[in-house]
Amino acid sequence: MPIYTPTSVREATEIFAENPEAMLLAGGTDFMVEVNFNHRKPSSVINLARVNELKSWHLDTQTSVIRIGATVPFSQFESSEFEQLSPALSHAARTVGSPQIRNTASIGGNLGTCSPAGDSLPVLFALDAQIEIASLQGTRSLSIHDFMLGPKRNALSVGEIVAAITIPVASGFQDYAKVGVRNAMVISIASACFALQDNQCRIALGSVGPTIIRCNEAEKFLQDYITQSSPPDLETIREFSRLAAVAAQPIDDHRSTATYRRHAIEVLARRLAMRSFSL
Amino acid sequence: MVETLTKSRFGIGTNAPRPDGTAKVSGEFSFSSDLWAENMLWGATLRSPHPHARIISIDTSAALGLSGVEAVITAKDVPGQLTYGLISADQPVFADSVVRYMGEPVAAVAADHPETCRRALDLIEVVYEALPVLSDPEGALDPTVAAIHPDGNLIRHQRIVSGDPDVTGDVVVEDTYVIGMQDQAFLGTESALALPDSDGAGVVMHVATQWLHEDQKQIAACLGLAPERVRLQLGGVGGAFGAREDISLQVHTALLALATRRPIKMQYGRHESFFGHVHRHPATVWMRHHADTSGVIQKIEARFLFDGGAYASTSSAVLINGVTHAQGPYKCDNAVVDGYAVRTNNPPCGAMRGFGVVQACFAHESQMDKIAQALHLDPVEVRLRNAMQQGDRLITGQVIESVAPVQRLIEETRQIPLPPEASPHPDPLSLPGGSGLASEARHVRRGIGWGVSIKNIMYSEGFDDYATARCTLKDGKASLKFATSEVGQGFVTIAQQIARTVLGVDDVDLEAIDTDIGSAGSTSASRQTWMSGGAVDGACRLVRERLFQIVGQQHNVDPLRLVIEEDEIVDPLGAFRVSVREATRDLVITEEFEHHHRPTEDLDENGQGNCHVAFAFVAHRAVVDVDPELGLVKVVQIATTQDVGRALNPLSVLGQIEGGIAQGLGLAVMEEIIVKDGRVLNPSFTDYLLPTTLDAPEVVARLVEEPDPQAPLGAKGVGEPPCISVTPAIVAAIRDAIGRDIPRCPVRPQDICL
Ligand SMILES: Cc1cc2nc3c(=O)[nH]c(=O)nc-3n(C[C@H](O)[C@H](O)[C@H](O)COP(=O)(O)OP(=O)(O)OC[C@H]3O[C@@H](n4cnc5c(N)ncnc54)[C@H](O)[C@@H]3O)c2cc1C
Repeated sequence: MPIYTPTSVREATEIFAENPEAMLLAGGTDFMVEVNFNHRKPSSVINLARVNELKSWHLDTQTSVIRIGATVPFSQFESSEFEQLSPALSHAARTVGSPQIRNTASIGGNLGTCSPAGDSLPVLFALDAQIEIASLQGTRSLSIHDFMLGPKRNALSVGEIVAAITIPVASGFQDYAKVGVRNAMVISIASACFALQDNQCRIALGSVGPTIIRCNEAEKFLQDYITQSSPPDLETIREFSRLAAVAAQPIDDHRSTATYRRHAIEVLARRLAMRSFSL
Repeated sequence: MVETLTKSRFGIGTNAPRPDGTAKVSGEFSFSSDLWAENMLWGATLRSPHPHARIISIDTSAALGLSGVEAVITAKDVPGQLTYGLISADQPVFADSVVRYMGEPVAAVAADHPETCRRALDLIEVVYEALPVLSDPEGALDPTVAAIHPDGNLIRHQRIVSGDPDVTGDVVVEDTYVIGMQDQAFLGTESALALPDSDGAGVVMHVATQWLHEDQKQIAACLGLAPERVRLQLGGVGGAFGAREDISLQVHTALLALATRRPIKMQYGRHESFFGHVHRHPATVWMRHHADTSGVIQKIEARFLFDGGAYASTSSAVLINGVTHAQGPYKCDNAVVDGYAVRTNNPPCGAMRGFGVVQACFAHESQMDKIAQALHLDPVEVRLRNAMQQGDRLITGQVIESVAPVQRLIEETRQIPLPPEASPHPDPLSLPGGSGLASEARHVRRGIGWGVSIKNIMYSEGFDDYATARCTLKDGKASLKFATSEVGQGFVTIAQQIARTVLGVDDVDLEAIDTDIGSAGSTSASRQTWMSGGAVDGACRLVRERLFQIVGQQHNVDPLRLVIEEDEIVDPLGAFRVSVREATRDLVITEEFEHHHRPTEDLDENGQGNCHVAFAFVAHRAVVDVDPELGLVKVVQIATTQDVGRALNPLSVLGQIEGGIAQGLGLAVMEEIIVKDGRVLNPSFTDYLLPTTLDAPEVVARLVEEPDPQAPLGAKGVGEPPCISVTPAIVAAIRDAIGRDIPRCPVRPQDICL
């Protein structure tokens, strides 16, 4: 089985165009699990490990936009430097797997897999991230909202590679919280990202629907209180979190129940909102 | 009985290092999965996708036609006994006409590569006709429900009636408790290598097992060979916890080796391992306690229902352990207990650390708290008032002859300092939910809970599970031979320590662990330190006796006056002194010893009889932080005091305690095989959750060393007790934190907050 190891995005897209059946390999933490379970039978592999331009993130101070290469591993977001720029993504990264996993698992891989339990995704949804997609035809940019189509389904066409993700530098409070039945190394059964970005209230939910869910009603409801000088009262926040829970579309499965998941969303939404107003 | 043994370097009572320790931590230890042989083929198993179905046909021709495939075997290729089993041989080597659980073996293939095996399995065509699935253990007791096995749906019923069944108490508390199905989750999955004899009429097997001789017996019966034609060597074992008591891939591997006349290696992956071994019995336990106004137990009523799954395995013994431990470590004169182990189309269940007592303990400890609550008593106080003592009579009529320091265990545990109050600014990772960062200090409530347990050690009900060992002394060096499975517990260390102390030597070689010597019994039931330790001790003493005779004769000293001091033979009354090395030059002394425990009896129809050999006790106190709104838990500290008789290797004892606590914590808050309509929904470590380092609590352990006069070295087994009462202690602490009843374990978030 051929394994290609390109050293540039350009080369990667060329190889991909010639081998449309090839599969992209980043950190391998989803890829190899699927191979081991025989759910994935690659006939050729494009290994992104040597594509240096995908391996780092940059801050554009002019636009206050962070551009993150697709193969940046989660461990890099844990640095205090990154945490200051994007606390939510930093904290979301901290919730992923174990140190070993975070050292290799990439944000591009999280997007490639596109699981509703992917821990970076609620953050990307809350921040309206843009996904840069490269192919032999060039580069296109897609909103995360149009990128994730369903559970483990994304908008990539054959020959396309996620090259980078762009998110704005945090302009207000933001945080991420995740519930799992173990204190580390656990798949989320409910998660939420809350952000006050450019004075806009954003809340996105993970693991409680076929895709990440943005809670428009809840956001609109709280928005009215955000520009006011005094923080919203507890009742308001309760109503906000209730609306967030209503937006969730959880199911029963072996990991949890729909009722618990909805309840957990309400609690997470309330706690994150309270944290944001230092209540 | 127990004489004071002199201490030589790394003798008894020291933290002697493990002989296999360096190899294990450096990755050089050869586990059974590392085995390899020239010209070897791989074996693989085809398993039923259905929990209950009739097999209409099996067509192996396409698989046999695949290049690289050397053999495909099914039930019709089993030359000997078609079934096997630890207590009754009710489990087919390969399903014949019916499959009774999801994952039951139907066929096996041998091929040049694991991938070829996998393809071959895909090519075997099995036509099934689905049958109704019996998944509810209560249903199995219904006489109108069709039997799913020729032996019937009831595996065993046992009743215990003790004292006056009509007594009532001033206070009556009851509940129905549910204990989930736990997996042993050893890290080294099942694996074996079988090498056929050149005449094709025998086989040598390297296998990771808990009991070589029992495997040998069962494999030989299925192969239709004399036991001596099936020789077993212990492959490096990566944990066991009961899951290696039953046969898994042994017969399949041997059959393929004999069919192909080539070495065969078989190894399960994690997914297959979940289907390849028995689990801890899920159980429903109803209990009603009657107590007087001071909290003293007057009577216990109980009903146990153990779901044995499709095949009997050790269900009948697990049941007996459950019902005979219903009272816990507490005095109780009157009892009416009924227990049932039943057959369903769920995964087969059998041995796991704690063996039936875990289920009983979760119920009786929850009940003790209910009595305390009803009488506004401290949970510690109610336990102290009822604590059992040496000489007390169990509900089976058996008198506790073991040392039984229950009160002392509770008192000493109570004296262990509590952890510091929760900090207002804690490390977020130390909060409930840990790395999920969902809880803040202000959301957390702390609770404290208690658990105390009694556990039988060794096999019960008339079983003579003796152990054999041989000792050879030569040139100041000892070597030991036994068939005791080293599964990680550290018997190899203890054996060396015993020989060093008894014989005054430093170097103790360990010979291969295999079936070239008599049985050692199983590495289970917390029994090897007592049983194989007793055998090693006995063999070393016989050698020492002969050595003293020879030395006495040579030097004209009365052999009866000689003792070992450090590495010398000494006459403490005279001036005689010679080093063991000197004295054994050109000498070879070999002795073999079989250690038998005292006999036990069957229970009669009222559950009366001296069915157990001995007992060990332990107390646990759990401190947990709970986020009541999200139902998340962080176990902060476990304080424990364990009755160990005598700590032959204190570090090793601590290892058992810490490991057992982690396993008991798993059952308390996360470990559960989820089965729906006979189907396992989470056969992977992605969804079967084991505690991580962020879940593991601080452990503060104390040992009570009151040497047991019955035990050859005064030492009780220490393997099982640590995991038994820690589970109810943690659940009690959760209840304490949230002020709410939870009658099941593992406790799920929704059990706390919804
Ligand atoms: C033990 C363990 C724990 C885990 N815990 C978590 C967790 O807590 N939270 C969580 O979210 N995930 C978790 N995961 C899943 C996994 O680590 C993440 O989804 C990770 O982000 C995948 O990244 P990767 O670099 O390893 O991707 P890979 O496995 O290499 O690839 C994943 C998928 O994305 C595709 N892909 C990779 N790179 C690109 C690209 N640049 N463009 C387009 N497609 C691409 C691949 O073809 C593949 O389909 C865990 C996995 C394991 C094994």
